Order: sequence, then C-alpha cells, then structure tokens
Amino acid sequence: MNNYKQYKAISLISGGLDSMLATKLILDQGIHVEGINFFTGFCVEGHTHAIRKHDKPKRNNALWVAEQLNIKLHIIDIVEEYKNIVLNPQYGYGAHLNPCLDCKIFMIKKAKEWIKENNFDFIITGEVIGQRPKSQRKETMPLVATASQAHDLLLRPLCAKLLPPTLPERQAWVDREKLGNISGRGRKPQINMAEQFGIKEYAQPAGGCCFLTDEKYTAKLQDLWDTQGKRHYELDDILLLKVGRHLRPKPNFKMIIGREEGENNYLEGYKKQFTYLRVLEYVGPLVLIEGELSAEDLYLAARITARFSGGKTASCVKVQVGRKESDPLELEVKPFSADDIKQEWYI
Amino acid sequence: MILNKSGIFEINARNLLCPLPVIRVQDAIKTLPSFTKVKVIATDPGVKYDIPAWCKVHGHSILSIDNVEREIVILIQVGERHER
Ligand code: SF4
Repeated sequence: MNNYKQYKAISLISGGLDSMLATKLILDQGIHVEGINFFTGFCVEGHTHAIRKHDKPKRNNALWVAEQLNIKLHIIDIVEEYKNIVLNPQYGYGAHLNPCLDCKIFMIKKAKEWIKENNFDFIITGEVIGQRPKSQRKETMPLVATASQAHDLLLRPLCAKLLPPTLPERQAWVDREKLGNISGRGRKPQINMAEQFGIKEYAQPAGGCCFLTDEKYTAKLQDLWDTQGKRHYELDDILLLKVGRHLRPKPNFKMIIGREEGENNYLEGYKKQFTYLRVLEYVGPLVLIEGELSAEDLYLAARITARFSGGKTASCVKVQVGRKESDPLELEVKPFSADDIKQEWYI
Repeated sequence: MILNKSGIFEINARNLLCPLPVIRVQDAIKTLPSFTKVKVIATDPGVKYDIPAWCKVHGHSILSIDNVEREIVILIQVGERHER
C-alpha cells in the first residue's frame, strides 16, 4: 500500500518577487501549492493602471506570477471585513494610513480559515525578517503567527532558517535545509535566488502593496473622513480617490476632474450618483461634484471646469451641469486663469 | 449572473476594474458544471490579460475575446471538474 501523502500549501501571492520565490522554494520540494490573493480595494494592482488610457493595460501581477509558476490563484474579496482593519488597527499605522501589522495578521487568519475549509496543510508567505520596518521584524514574526492563529502552520520559506522550525519542517513535509536564511532590507539575495531559478522577469519590489502607503492617496482619504465627519468608507469612495485631480475649492464641495479619456470614461459610470459638469463645444474633463453646491458654488465649479478644458483661453465657455433627478442646465462662464486655481485647493 | 436566451451564462462586469471582473468570473464558475459556457461583458481593458491568465491556471478555456464598441466580450468554457 502506498502511504505517500501529497502535502498542500497555500501561498500568499502579492505579485512581487518575494512571494514568487517563496512559492518556488516550496513547489520544488514536491508540495502542491496554490496561491491566494486578497482584494482590499486599496490594492495597487489593476485599478488606476487600467483606468488611464495612455497607460498600457496593466496585467495583474499576482495572476501573472501564478501563471509563471503554473499554480492556481484564488482572489478573495475582503473589502467589507477589511474596513475594520483600516479604521481600527490594534497595532496602529505605519508612515501613512497603512495598518501593515493588523493587515498581515488578518490576511494570514483568512488564509488559515481557507486551508481548513479546503483541506490544505500549511501556509507560506514571502516575508523576510527585517524587510519592512513595521510588519516584518524579528519580534513581529511570532506575533503574526500567534495573533492570526496560524501558529506553526505558517512557514516563511525565505527566512525559515532564522526562525524556529514550523510544523511542516519538524514533520519533514519540507526539508528545512533547502529553505532560505535571508534577512534585512537588501534585495541582493532575492535577486540572486531569482537568477538561480532562471526567473528573469518579475515586478519591481515596491515600497508597499497598496495605496494606504501612498502619501497623496492617504491625504485624500483623510480629507474624505474629515469632511464627512466620520471615519467610514464604501468601495466606490476609495476607488474614486484613485481617479482624477481632486480639488476642494470650498469646504462644502470637492471636484473630481478626469485627466484624460480613460478617466472620463470611468467617471461616466458615476454620473447618475453625482452632480457632474462638462464643457460643451471643447474637449474637456468630466467633473464629478461631491457635496452640496449653492448657485454661486456652481458658477465657481463651472469656471474651474472650463480652465481644465480645451476652451481655457476662450472668453466664454458653455458648461453643462447634470444633476440627480433634474434636467441638465447650461452655464456660460469665463474660464479661470492658471493663477486663479489656488494650490491649496488640491487635495 | 443571468442565463441568456442562447443558454449561455452572462456576467455583467461593466465599469468594474480588475481584479473585480476576475473575482466575478471565479465566483460564478465555482457554481457551474464542466463545459458550461460563460460570457463576460466588461469595460476594463485589463480583463483581456487577467481573465485568460486566471482561466489558464484553473483549466478553463477562452473561446473568444471581442471588442464590441467600448466593451470587451469574453467567452469562456468551464474546464473539466476534478475533485480536490
Ligand atoms: S502595504 Fe497595505 S496590503 Fe501591504 S501589508 Fe501594509 S496595509 Fe497590508
């Protein structure tokens, strides 16, 4: 009788090099590996890359990695549950609004639930000790394993030799000797390992895997919370923060101004939910308005809209204003000059 | 997901950005038997890369990818199911 058991691991695939290498190390030991990728709404993958028309359509790196490694990838929508992580992180934020440690714990907890439901044996990640100042430190490695309840089912193949042996190592499902001992922020060991594996193409290591590490993006998120008077968001809110120029000429309203055709097309899909403006007779942006406008505000918004259109030097420009549940209006305005657009309006 | 007049399951992924169209396809296919045909209608050009990549690693076939005005229409055939 054959007692051989095919062990199975789920790998958290971000689309970067580290998770790719970690997966490869385990695949090469004869383990069946599938990938898991979490969609939080803040992911850098896809989204804005796909919106702007002049950007070449961007592949999803996590899917691309799965394709290269020939493993299945499961993309899990965690948008709703993730709100609590962003809004109330137990371990606080990193440099911006990135709750990296809570995020990591949460994702590994979800992976733990997944392996239980799908009869898999353990979890792997591309984490490296000392790679990230907040979430990948020697002290946080055991914290993540414990708080996520993954305990010793969590194996970090790239730095496993620097950590106590996990269950897959102790039980010899994997050979610890063939795992890595990488630590620190340098990329050389990973680049060398990629060369050894013959991996020539990979996504460049980024500072973070999501917009919550981006200063400009998080300023817009903070502005959203400040103006609505509470820390809360819906998926559409956080997607719209990635699109267009965001200007707040007055405290009571914000303008989202499409920067080019791809963004205008995307904003079209929101026209029914917002007051919108667009210039007639010239090329120009589609502009969505968040907030309530007086007649005077509308005029101000129309002059700003005209400034960003092909009619910016004309003496008079017609601007169409579409409003929820009423017929569109037409305003004739003099476009603002460049100096009239105040720098502090930009969020 | 709806069953259209030609007996094909249709997923409306218009105005969704990747990876949401992929997630819609993934969740729909999970419930469908082998060899079922699924049509996805999307507007994000990223689907032309992402849906075929997802289908490839999961063993489903892409029957066609067409641009119809501003929309992208992808026809998929669910691969043969294997028990885990
Ligand atoms: S960068 Fe974003 S996705 Fe990555 S760990 Fe931090 S919060 Fe989570």
